Amino acid sequence: MVLYELIDYSTLKIIWWVLLGVLLIGFAVTDGFDMGVGALLPFVAETDIERRVVINTIGPTWEGNQVWFILGGGAIFAAWPPLYAISFSGFYLAMFVVLAAMILRPVSFKYRSKRPDPSWRTAWDWALFTGSFVPALVFGVAVGNVLLGVPFKLDSDLRMTYEGSFFGLFSPFTLLCGLLSVSMLVMHGSVWLVMRASGDIAQRARRFGSLAAILGIVLFALGGYLVFSGYVEGFRITSEVDPNMAANPLAKQAVIEGGAWMANYTAYPILWVVPGLGFLGLLGTLVLLQSKMEMLIFVFSKWAVVGIIATVGVTMFPFILPSSVQPEASLTVWDASSTHRTLFNMLVATLIFLPLILVYTAWVYKVLWGKVDEETIERDNHTAY
Amino acid sequence: MELNVVDLSRLQFAMTALYHFLFVPLTIGLSILLATMETVYVMTGREIWKRMVKFWGTLFGINFALGVATGLTMEFQFGMNWAYFSQYVGDVFGAPLAIEGLMAFFLEATFVGLFFFGWDKLSKRQHLAATWAVALGTNFSALWILIANGWMQNPVGSMFNPDTMRMEVTSFFDVLFNPVAQAKFVHTVSAGYVTAAMFMLGISAWYMLKGRHIAIAKRSMTIASAFGFASALSVVVLGDESGYEANLNQKMKMATMEAMWHTEPAPASFNIVAWPDMEKRENLFAIEVPYVMGLIATRSLTDIIPGIYDLVDHSKDRIRQGAIAWNALQEIRANPETVGEDVRETFRQNANSLGYAYLLLPYTDNPMEATTEQVDEAAWSTVPNVFPMFYAFRIMVACGFFFILLTTVFFYYSSSGKLDVLREKRRWLLHVAVWSIPLPWIACEMGWFVAEYGRQPWIIESMLPTSAGVSSLSVTEVLLTLAGFVALYSTLLVIEVALMIKYIKIGPDDGQPAGVQPPEAERPVTGAAPVPAE
Repeated sequence: MVLYELIDYSTLKIIWWVLLGVLLIGFAVTDGFDMGVGALLPFVAETDIERRVVINTIGPTWEGNQVWFILGGGAIFAAWPPLYAISFSGFYLAMFVVLAAMILRPVSFKYRSKRPDPSWRTAWDWALFTGSFVPALVFGVAVGNVLLGVPFKLDSDLRMTYEGSFFGLFSPFTLLCGLLSVSMLVMHGSVWLVMRASGDIAQRARRFGSLAAILGIVLFALGGYLVFSGYVEGFRITSEVDPNMAANPLAKQAVIEGGAWMANYTAYPILWVVPGLGFLGLLGTLVLLQSKMEMLIFVFSKWAVVGIIATVGVTMFPFILPSSVQPEASLTVWDASSTHRTLFNMLVATLIFLPLILVYTAWVYKVLWGKVDEETIERDNHTAY
Repeated sequence: MELNVVDLSRLQFAMTALYHFLFVPLTIGLSILLATMETVYVMTGREIWKRMVKFWGTLFGINFALGVATGLTMEFQFGMNWAYFSQYVGDVFGAPLAIEGLMAFFLEATFVGLFFFGWDKLSKRQHLAATWAVALGTNFSALWILIANGWMQNPVGSMFNPDTMRMEVTSFFDVLFNPVAQAKFVHTVSAGYVTAAMFMLGISAWYMLKGRHIAIAKRSMTIASAFGFASALSVVVLGDESGYEANLNQKMKMATMEAMWHTEPAPASFNIVAWPDMEKRENLFAIEVPYVMGLIATRSLTDIIPGIYDLVDHSKDRIRQGAIAWNALQEIRANPETVGEDVRETFRQNANSLGYAYLLLPYTDNPMEATTEQVDEAAWSTVPNVFPMFYAFRIMVACGFFFILLTTVFFYYSSSGKLDVLREKRRWLLHVAVWSIPLPWIACEMGWFVAEYGRQPWIIESMLPTSAGVSSLSVTEVLLTLAGFVALYSTLLVIEVALMIKYIKIGPDDGQPAGVQPPEAERPVTGAAPVPAE
């Protein structure tokens, strides 16, 4: 008896599927509002001081939020190596675009305030906009492509060839997903600004937030309908699968089928709660945005993000990266993970560090909490961004 | 020269890693120095130390932003450009990367905000804790990334599984306590400490030459020279340890670093200068010091260090053995359920050399039928280009000894309270310190080169060749991203250096009212809060 056998391999696979969701949701909920704020920056704030207010609502904490993204990359590498390998090399140029855009963020925050020159500052404002808007769009487009299936093949050595192209990533459905992602994060960012800024900025943020919430509801419903109606085909495993099997994506049979993405909802109707949560979050945010219950709006906005992302996960389960050209090579929860031992070790590490992270992150937010306005910027002129 | 995806991907990785490594060492070292200075501030209550932390903290911030920006690429590039490598080793290699995020990145990134924005919101001790958290976070991240890198150099605690076509962990403990990783970790963070110390020393020397910010410059110099002296010793000693470890498991790296073509009777001599020629496979000339090499590399008088020719011969055996493993693997992959236990046994016997069979794949489709010439060619492909290895190593080592010398001199002047002598009589020493600022960066980049280029042709030492680890991409795609990264990084680097220079010229806040020139000699500092004269 070895320690890692305390937990079944199949159970660990499911735990790591959940943790994958937790990481993506952690990223979208925390860095999501940073991206929303960045995407809104040129529109929600006009003067330099207003823009500094907006930037300083996220300035001290955005860096920690971005680690969710980096940790997401590392955790996928550790727990789902084929997913890491195939998705990032398959979406190669799209990944480059995301990275190039995101690289602009740390420098925009840090360097913008280092010179008073207006054209210098405007240039960094647009860099920050790019670093926020572009990833938000591309992440949505990528998720859309995952739902449709990605054109990759595996040979018997598990070497992957990718048959798609960069422009092939953009289809009506994937663009819909991209826009849904942008509206979700812009809404989330607006709510953040309502909470952390005041006056004109908060007022404008309410307008943008309402617009984004309405768009979010429409796009989420439309996307759901396209999947429900079978316009977006799903994937189904057609052979016996042993959940405790060693990782080998080629050991099963699978087909593409209209309506297959609805199978989980048919088998477990309770799962309708998940998209329901997404709608509830969107609607709640929309209704409450004009109210003064700022913290409560943020709670609804968070639930919208959680619900929408979790919907993708439960719709596809057990698939995590289906192949549109060789369905039997699709990656699933059962056949694309690391070994029993690694999943266990990583779980131990996560159980030690994740609670710590949550505690000190909460403390840092508490210390830095409070409305940011023109007065606070003037007061902290030297330290503020 | 014909462009291919492997070379372009290697170039891209080298480029992005070398750029990233322009910022990382300074972050690692400066974070510790900031925490040290702030500790002095909290313990003594003297405002000047707080002003020092704020000034060096501003430079830290400018550098940190680009470290974060360029680091983003590193986390995803394995999957983007090295997909087969990622699939092949993710079970082992992914874990340290993920733990780096959990244990290190969150810590530094969350508290770095408090470091810059928390001065008025935290008590002195709380702020000090935040600064130490940043310093710990950056140093932990070096630990985990070097555990990952150390495993690529010395793949312990793992085994290849023919049913999943990948390396799998057999002992996580062995991966963590890999001696190569541990030596590399201390060597690398020490290099970061030296970098930060030389940076602080050089800038302080510049202020002293200009007669500005003398009080802060002197204190900074004292801290930097003491810290730099200890770290420079550590970087050389642990560098030696890394070399010793390399000789245990990466004999080819050692042989090419030393341009040692032939095995010599122990203890081997050391080439101070040589002109290695890859075509003729010999040194066109060399100046040797007897015995020294053998003593350094083996720490004995009798152990033999194998030369390149002998190592290539050894590789030929491993290639033949690898071909047998490769052949058995094909049978196992074709019929995983029904293949005979004898085939699996054959595979197990030879699995250690499987990677060597991949070296034959550029020359033949079937390693079992490789000709002697093909085996010969494949075996010689295990030799990285000797010339750059030889000189990169020597430049790094020369820098290391120079750092010990320079920090010793400054440590002497500062510890004996004679820093004013430098200003008055030994100005040339201050000039040397200023002009030495770029040297640690050169040494760090050379060190990266020796470690990583010296591992070629392997992406994982003796297990998987770099050429086999690459993604299925087109030349155009990699060219596009390579050009994109070069353009983006270079632009940002220019901006970064310009901002650095601007803020160095502005200098620290001396606590003087604006417009008042600080006097030549040091005098009690008059700040917002009165502090006792020193």
